Amino acid sequence: MTRETLINVAALAVLLAVPLWALMADEPFIITLATRAAIFALAGVGLNLALGSGGLVSLGHAVFFGIGGYAMGILASHAQSYEPIMEAPFLIEGTKSMPMIWLVAMVTSALAALAIGALSLRTSGVYFIMITLAFGQMIYYFAISWPAYGGEDGLSIYVRNEFPGLNTLVPMQFFGLCFAILCLALLLMNAIHKSAFGLALSAARQNETRVLSVGMKPYHLRLVAFVISGAVTGLAGALFADLNRFVSPTMLSWQMSGEIIIFIIIGGVGRLFGPVIGAMIFILLEHTLGGLSEFWHVYLGALLLGIVLFAKGGVIGAFAGREKAHD
Amino acid sequence: MTTLLFIEQMLNGLQFGVMLFLMSAGLTLVFGVMGLINLAHGSLFMIGAFTAAAVAAATGSFVLALMASLAAAAIAGALIELTIIRRLYDRDHLDQVLATFALILIFSEGTRWMFGSFPLFLDVPKVLAGPVTLPGGIEYPAYRLSIILIGLLVAAGMFALINRTRVGIRIRAGEADREMIAALGVDIAKLYTFVFALGAALAGFAGALVGAIQSVQVGMGEPVLILAFVVIVIGGIGSIKGAFVGALLVGFTDTMGRVLLPQIFALFLEPSAAVSVGSALASMLIYILMAGVLVFRPRGLYGVT
Repeated sequence: MTRETLINVAALAVLLAVPLWALMADEPFIITLATRAAIFALAGVGLNLALGSGGLVSLGHAVFFGIGGYAMGILASHAQSYEPIMEAPFLIEGTKSMPMIWLVAMVTSALAALAIGALSLRTSGVYFIMITLAFGQMIYYFAISWPAYGGEDGLSIYVRNEFPGLNTLVPMQFFGLCFAILCLALLLMNAIHKSAFGLALSAARQNETRVLSVGMKPYHLRLVAFVISGAVTGLAGALFADLNRFVSPTMLSWQMSGEIIIFIIIGGVGRLFGPVIGAMIFILLEHTLGGLSEFWHVYLGALLLGIVLFAKGGVIGAFAGREKAHD
Repeated sequence: MTTLLFIEQMLNGLQFGVMLFLMSAGLTLVFGVMGLINLAHGSLFMIGAFTAAAVAAATGSFVLALMASLAAAAIAGALIELTIIRRLYDRDHLDQVLATFALILIFSEGTRWMFGSFPLFLDVPKVLAGPVTLPGGIEYPAYRLSIILIGLLVAAGMFALINRTRVGIRIRAGEADREMIAALGVDIAKLYTFVFALGAALAGFAGALVGAIQSVQVGMGEPVLILAFVVIVIGGIGSIKGAFVGALLVGFTDTMGRVLLPQIFALFLEPSAAVSVGSALASMLIYILMAGVLVFRPRGLYGVT
C-alpha cells in the first residue's frame, strides 16, 4: 500500500466517521456540514477529470453545478405545483424522485458541456480559461434575467426529494446517499484513469504532438473528458440544491467555479482523492475561520496563495511526495 | 425609436466601450508581454474607485481624486508585481489563475474590512453635472461625454506610447523575444514592473471614472474584468489595437442589444414575453458575439496565429 493510498483511505474514513460521531452526539448540523463536504468533493471529482487528467483549466464549471441545481429546482417545483413543464408536443411533468432528477441533471449538464466544450476546446491555454469563464457568466446572467424560475431570487423547494426506501429528510440518510454517490464517482474516475481512454487523455496533456502522431485526436479525447466532467459536477449540483432545498444563480457564479478549483488545489491536482481532502479542509476552514471572523476569505486567500507559491501538490503532495506525479 | 434616442444610445455604447478599453489595455499588455493571466485586474479597478471616493470625500476635489486613483492603483500594481506576480511568470496558467484568484479574495475582503459593506458614492464634479447640447439638438450628460473624450485621449496616448517611444519599442520587443532584449541590456524585471503598474493605473483610472456613474462597492471589479476578458478574446490577446476594436464592439453590442432586442421581439410576441425574452437574450449577446468570433477566428480578430 503506498502512502497515498493510506491517505486516501484515511480521508474517506474521516469523512464517514465525523457524521457517525455527530449522530451519536446528536449534532445534526455537523452531519449537514459533512454532507456539504461530500457534495463539494463530488463536484471537484468531476472537475478533476478535466483539470487534472486533461489539463483543461475550466473556470466555468459552476455552469454544470448550477444546471444540475436548476434541473432539480425546476423538476421539483413543477411537481410541487402539479403543473406540467410542457404539454405540447408531448407531456413532461415534474418529479420528486431523486434518481430521475439525477438522470436529468447529468444529461442536461452533459449537453451543456458538449456545447461549451465543442466551442472552447477549439482554443487552448489562456484563451480556454477566459472563454469558459465567459460562457459561465453568460449562463449566470441568463439565469438572473429569466424570470420564469425565480430570476435573481432563486427557487425554493419545500420538501427534499424522495429516494425509494430512504427518508431523505433524516440528515444521516441523506449523507449516506451522497457519500455512496461520491464513492461510486471515485470508482468510476479510477476506472477511467486506468483505461485506454484515461491514458490517452493524460498523454494528450503531456505531449499533444505525440498523441497526434500515433493517430489519436486530442480534441475528441478532451471533449469526451469535458462532457463526463460536466455531468459529474452537474450531479453534485443536483445534490447540493437538494441539500439546501434551494437553488439560485449564486450556484452559477464564477466564484463558485473558483471554489471548485480550490478544492482540487488544496488536496492536490490530478490526485484521485485531491478534491475529497480539499473539500473537507475547505468546509473545516469555512466553519472554524468563518466563526472567528466575518472576513475569513482573507485567510483563505492567504492560504491559497501560500499553497500555490510554495507547496505545489497540495496536502496529498506534501504527505505522499511526488511518487505518483508523472510530470 | 427616434433618431435622437438612437444616437444617445450609440454614445452610451461608445462610453461603455471606451471604459472597457481602459480596463482591457492593461490585461492584454500584461498577457502579451509577460504571458500572465491576471484575475486581480478587477481588484485594481476597485482600488481606483475606492481611492477616488475616499479622496473626493476628504478633499472635495474630483481632479485630486482622479490623480489619487491613478497613483494608488499604480502603487498597488507595482507592489503586487514585486512581491507576488513576479514569481508567477514561469508558472503554468493554472497557478496564475489561482494566485490571482487568491489576491481577489484578499483585496475584496480587505476592502470590505476597511470600508464596510455599504456602497460609497462619488459625485460627478459640478462643472460636468448637467447636460450639454450636441450639434443636432441632442442633449447628452456632460460627464459621460468627458469620459468618452478622456478615454479616446488615453487610447491615443497608449498607441503613441507603444508605437512611438523607446519604452514602447522595449515593450514590443519584450512581447516578441524576452531573452533577446534581456541580452541586449534592457532590465527586463524593471520593464515588467512598469508594464504591470501601467496596466494597473489604467484599470484604477477606469474605476474612478465609472465610480461617479455607479455605486462604489466591493465586487464591482469582477463583472468588468470578465467583460474585459471577452474584449481581449475577441480582439486577440496581446494586441492593443484588438483591445480597442473589441472594446468598442462589446460596448455597442451590449448597449444596443439591451435597447433594441426587446423592441424587435415586441414585433411578434406579446409585450411581457417580449421584454423577458429580449432582455434575457440581450444579457447573453456579447458572449454569443464572442462565440461567433471564435468559430471563425480562434485567435481573435487581431491575434497572431
